[in-house]
Amino acid sequence: MASINKKRTISFVDAINESLHLEMKRNKNLLCYGLGINDPKKIFGTTKNLEKKFGSNRVFDIPNSENSILGIGIGLAMSGYPNVVTHQRLDFFLLAFDQLINSASKWFYMFGKNSNIPITIRLVVGRGWGQGPTHSQNLQSVFSHFPGLKVVIPTNPFDAKGLLSASIRDPNPVIFIEHRWLHNTIGDVPKENYTVNLGNAKKISSGKNLTVISMSYMTVEFLKILKFLQKKISIDFIDLRSIKPLDIKTIKKSVKKTGKVLVLDTGFKFNSISSEIITQINENCFNFLKEQPKRITVPNIPEPASFGLTKYYYPSLKNIIDEVSLMTKIKFNQKELKLFLNTFKSKYHDVPGDWFKGPF
Amino acid sequence: MCSLIRQVELEIVNRYKEGKMRCPVHLSIGQEIVASVLSIFIKKDDFAVSTHRSHAHYLAKQGSLRKMIAEIYGKRTGCSMGKGGSMHLIDKNVNFMGSTSIVGNSIPIGTGLGFSLKLKKKKNISIIYLGDAATEQGSFYESINFSILKKIPAVYICENNFFSVYSDLKVRQHSKRNIINSLNSLGIKTFKITDYHPVKLVNKMQYIVNYARVNSKPVFIEFLTYRFYEHCGPNIDDNLNYRKKEEIKKWKDKDGYENLKKFLIKKNQKLFIEKVEYLNRKKILNAFKFAEKSKFPNKSDLIDGIYK
Ligand SMILES: Cc1ncc(C[n+]2csc(CCOP(=O)(O)OP(=O)(O)O)c2C)c(N)n1
Repeated sequence: MASINKKRTISFVDAINESLHLEMKRNKNLLCYGLGINDPKKIFGTTKNLEKKFGSNRVFDIPNSENSILGIGIGLAMSGYPNVVTHQRLDFFLLAFDQLINSASKWFYMFGKNSNIPITIRLVVGRGWGQGPTHSQNLQSVFSHFPGLKVVIPTNPFDAKGLLSASIRDPNPVIFIEHRWLHNTIGDVPKENYTVNLGNAKKISSGKNLTVISMSYMTVEFLKILKFLQKKISIDFIDLRSIKPLDIKTIKKSVKKTGKVLVLDTGFKFNSISSEIITQINENCFNFLKEQPKRITVPNIPEPASFGLTKYYYPSLKNIIDEVSLMTKIKFNQKELKLFLNTFKSKYHDVPGDWFKGPF
Repeated sequence: MCSLIRQVELEIVNRYKEGKMRCPVHLSIGQEIVASVLSIFIKKDDFAVSTHRSHAHYLAKQGSLRKMIAEIYGKRTGCSMGKGGSMHLIDKNVNFMGSTSIVGNSIPIGTGLGFSLKLKKKKNISIIYLGDAATEQGSFYESINFSILKKIPAVYICENNFFSVYSDLKVRQHSKRNIINSLNSLGIKTFKITDYHPVKLVNKMQYIVNYARVNSKPVFIEFLTYRFYEHCGPNIDDNLNYRKKEEIKKWKDKDGYENLKKFLIKKNQKLFIEKVEYLNRKKILNAFKFAEKSKFPNKSDLIDGIYK
């Protein structure tokens, strides 16, 4: 425990990598596989040195056969080999829906609790740089629809490591969604092996005027403007971390206090996580609401590839500030706001930062 | 055709770093000969579908060059209005029916297109381009099974470049696996092409295409080939050492494009080559100019086209 006091900053990628190393060491039967897992790029660096350390029996590349590969993973998982499968884009994993929905999600229930499926499915979601309609879909709400699946969506390196380790140890199938634009973010991460409970949201700030509930890259977006908003508004800011189980307790407590809620979602609007959260708020805290709940999502439109269109597609920081302003009836000096927003201006809106050189 | 494709893609390489082509590009440099030879025998009314690596296939089907470049630039004048990017090319004027980015995705679709030709009793074929990785997908076997069952005039063309991104065939398929034999036993006529002598290649391709067209039956062709650039992007990535130096050299020596050039020079066609290259160059510069000048889609285009 000594090292817990020592601050250590690493990237999201390294945090994932560390969790995999520690968990493979901890459980000698744990397997890791996926397309490109041992290639020179090592899935954006997240699987580096795994094969070297644990051998090619436990860490292996796979054919382009997503559905059967998941089925094979299910077979392994129910017979003593929990495993982690990784896909470089969530969109590629859509081929495995039969095995995911008809087998993995309900095997335990359907066979009267006879065998459970300890499998973790790492899916990377993209954004911008011409990723386009089939390389950018944030489908957490789709996965969350099915009973029996857990859905986890970390925002920072600390949670990424702890949530991945918890997912791996979980006796159920867990969908673990990594946003590509978070991979190079850095944060404090303890060296030792720890877990972050699935189903516990994280309170980032406490306040009384407004509840903001967010996930994944939208949390990072909101963090950019939090301080600015806090000059005038007292905000309860909640990062979900788990989509399912959903930490409705934390949400309820907050909404009962503030009476106003804004949900930020990286998915399409229709039938999204934000729909679910607002429904549950209506069911549970209707009498506490002072204002109609609001949400900001991407529109019900496939992501276009064109640089000229993505700028209208993703909600901007200004969109979020305007919505907060409207809900709380607190106005910001437009000049000041403009100056503030200018600090985030970059030449290209479709990359997470200068380090991003495309094309992936 | 071969030199047009090569020249276009080298121009993409040259300009990519300008940061105006803001989407992934999968170049066919090294593999152009496949689509080029085929282009001689494809008719306008034949269908074609392809994959993420489709520039060559699209151009060989006479797809509009200007619209392709504009698409890669994300412009409204692009073949998919800038919405699809390099991985989603289409030109219905020449029946290039679409390239898609998910491995194995377009194989059944091309099979269905072929089925429609059969139902309409047309003497056309449906060309389905795929990579070696797609032969690991269920959709590949399921489609072939169906096209044998229904006698569909589909030409499945596998460009085997031995790699799926950086993953060698070795980690994906058993070394003794022989796709030709296994497909033969399913009941589809198969061909394997390893000899790139221009005359032999042309003759063989003519035979194959004719076979599918006249008999209304599916065929499968495996082409051994090699990509010279990285899987995705404008660079050469041989420094990563995922492919053996000797192997790279062997394939560069076998480069279909260079060999075709040598063959023509031997036949005293140097002038002809120069003329073709000059005309291509003009066409390409025009296409890039068109793309650069074209406008991005309007804001109202964003929501337009979700439903018909
Ligand atoms: C279903 C699916 N899995 C994974 C990917 C990621 N991916 C894109 S291209 C590619 C390699 C495909 O190799 P191959 O079919 O041989 O074509 P090549 O790139 O060599 O031309 C992969 C794995 C994808 N697009 N779709």
